[in-house]
Amino acid sequence: MTARDSLSPGLSLSKRRARSAMWFLTPMLAALFFVAAWPLLRTIYFSFTDTTLTNLYTGKWVGFDNYLSFRQLSSGRVIWRGTLADMSWWNAVWNTVRFTALSVSIEAVLGIGVALVLHKEFVGRGLVRAAILIPWAIPTIVSARMWGWMLNDQFGIINDILLNVGLISAPIAWTASTETAMTAVLIVDVWKTTPFMALLCLAGLQMIPKDIYEAAKIDGVHPLKVFFKITLPLMRPALMVAIIFRALDALRVFDLVYVLTPNSKATKTMSVIARENLIDFDKFSYGAAQSTLLFAIIAVFVAAYVWIGRVDLGGGSK
Amino acid sequence: MTKFSKRLLGAAALTALFSASSGLAEEISYASGITGNGLENFKTIVAPWEERTGHKVNLVSMPASSTDQFGQYRVWLAAGNADIDLYQTDVIWAPQLAEQFVDLSTAAGDLAKQHFSSIIESQTVDGKLVALPLYTDAPALYYRADLLEKHNAAVPTTWEELTKTAQLIQDKEREAGDKDLWGFVWQGNSYEGLTCNALEWVKSFGGGQIVEADGSISINNENAIAAIELAASWPGTISPQGVLAYQEEESRGIWQTGNAVFMRNWPYAHRLGSADDSPVKGKFGVTTLPTGGGHDTSAATLGGWNVAVSKYSKKQEIAVDLALYLASPEAQKLRTLISSRLPTIVDLYEDAEIAEAAPIVPQWKDVFLQAVPRPSAPTKSAYNEVSSRFWTAVHETLSGNGSAAENLELLELELTERRGDSW
Repeated sequence: MTARDSLSPGLSLSKRRARSAMWFLTPMLAALFFVAAWPLLRTIYFSFTDTTLTNLYTGKWVGFDNYLSFRQLSSGRVIWRGTLADMSWWNAVWNTVRFTALSVSIEAVLGIGVALVLHKEFVGRGLVRAAILIPWAIPTIVSARMWGWMLNDQFGIINDILLNVGLISAPIAWTASTETAMTAVLIVDVWKTTPFMALLCLAGLQMIPKDIYEAAKIDGVHPLKVFFKITLPLMRPALMVAIIFRALDALRVFDLVYVLTPNSKATKTMSVIARENLIDFDKFSYGAAQSTLLFAIIAVFVAAYVWIGRVDLGGGSK
Repeated sequence: MTKFSKRLLGAAALTALFSASSGLAEEISYASGITGNGLENFKTIVAPWEERTGHKVNLVSMPASSTDQFGQYRVWLAAGNADIDLYQTDVIWAPQLAEQFVDLSTAAGDLAKQHFSSIIESQTVDGKLVALPLYTDAPALYYRADLLEKHNAAVPTTWEELTKTAQLIQDKEREAGDKDLWGFVWQGNSYEGLTCNALEWVKSFGGGQIVEADGSISINNENAIAAIELAASWPGTISPQGVLAYQEEESRGIWQTGNAVFMRNWPYAHRLGSADDSPVKGKFGVTTLPTGGGHDTSAATLGGWNVAVSKYSKKQEIAVDLALYLASPEAQKLRTLISSRLPTIVDLYEDAEIAEAAPIVPQWKDVFLQAVPRPSAPTKSAYNEVSSRFWTAVHETLSGNGSAAENLELLELELTERRGDSW
């Protein structure tokens, strides 16, 4: 240390501290650069070239052709090409947005419900709290396969139960028919991620001071009003964090759809279609463009959330 | 010492040297999709080679869906994966993966000449023999002979007849209490298998082959529309609604438990259906797929699997040797005897032992002669996308989203745009 001190005599203690902190951070920053930034930049670069999977290093720069380009035919008709003019891409965007909106709202409502129950004192609460996390702990591939079998039209248990109860008259081919495919995916996703929501909501609930409830009780406030006027506003920060996490996850959903309803037009999401182009269709750069768009959409979403969060923060501090 | 024993000694020394340098038993990795009892069969087939060379073959089992396999292989090959030495490749992959595999034309030499020349041709890209054929595949119509006889029905020769007969038997058997019986099971999931099924309907109706050999897009025509409209009437009537999610094994599951009158499937289902534990053993027959729309030749999609050696393998010599063995008459005969896979070596169709143990094989020659290739050659590296767009259009029609006419018109437009000036 003495050698260092003599080398930089003019630096104050805080500056020296900042400098040594930099050294501690460097390995982490380097790791982040190589596992996150580098692949991302490379994908963005690929999206402006005509790279294929067989020749990763010989792609030529093509500008925005993978995103949007047009050609005029000799007949005068203009043909638009590129991801932004691709109907299947917009279908995937719509599927993803629909999936995100539906799954996150259902999970938020159910999650709050479960959290409220788990917040109450009852015998065996610890056990129930642990048990409810099981769906979240199972790898998605496994749960998707499992549900795939349960939803099967011939030997699936779901159809068997519904038939026996008399709710349906003929077995439903959940994952096969285009009308029910999205429902099937939603069922599995809700089953899997409600515990996660519940856990985050429960953490939010536990932050609320008990005396507020006592005061409300003494004043004789109706429990529903207590929920909407006290519980919900106070757990809102935790809930918002949970929702943003889930929404980010849902926007890039891949494994569940890929295993449960592969290739179904009704459920193909942005990630699924990007992979399809990257690998199956020999349109690597086109898929890279779609991945880049997916990244951009998520980035916009996060930025919007941060902005809304700031506004709220300002409002809360008055 | 005689010359012979000197040679023997030399060989022993060489073997010792070899084993010292590479640890006698090299492990060769072979990636392959698995259906039915494929795993045990593969072990039996490679056993003689393992014994002869002292190497071990490690089978890397992949999902049964060829679409899934292709995705995985493509990623591995693009990354220059040296862990997999050999890949079992679908007949349609050669043009797309040609650059990543070793040229086998010199190594195969005379062996290649013993195979059906059309199959060798399908695996040759710009003069490079990309893969060696293991077996060929052509689907057929499986029918329950006992049920047809019981209801006095003939084996259908047209799709229209099949629809009628299936409905009739299904209705009567259900009245009699067999509630789980279905008329016809096939592969309707949106994947490569649906392209095969639908190509058969279209071709046998005289509706062409999606993309013709000269690269022209022929799919939007009246015969093709009629074929797909007829097929769209099946789910929910003679086929379970869930057929839209079935691949080969799901349809075989229904069939082999005795719950279907007809099934469209590949030859492997014959062997499994005739096993001792199979409820349909001895109750079924096989024939060529029906024709339709007044057209008189049926069509069976040419399938089949080949073996290719990865360019990135570090044990290429051993891997090529294994590939040559697997495509040899010896291994093909063994495979045919234990799994009723169709050999690609012409002479084996005349083999007396095969004719006795697997009478299905000589019979299948008729099916094979009607085989239609998928348009993988004219569409080159765009084949997967062409196939995917085709099966999506068909799946949409089967699910009741739009008529065949609407969907095929849209498909024609999509394919034309994808093609641009040329494939």
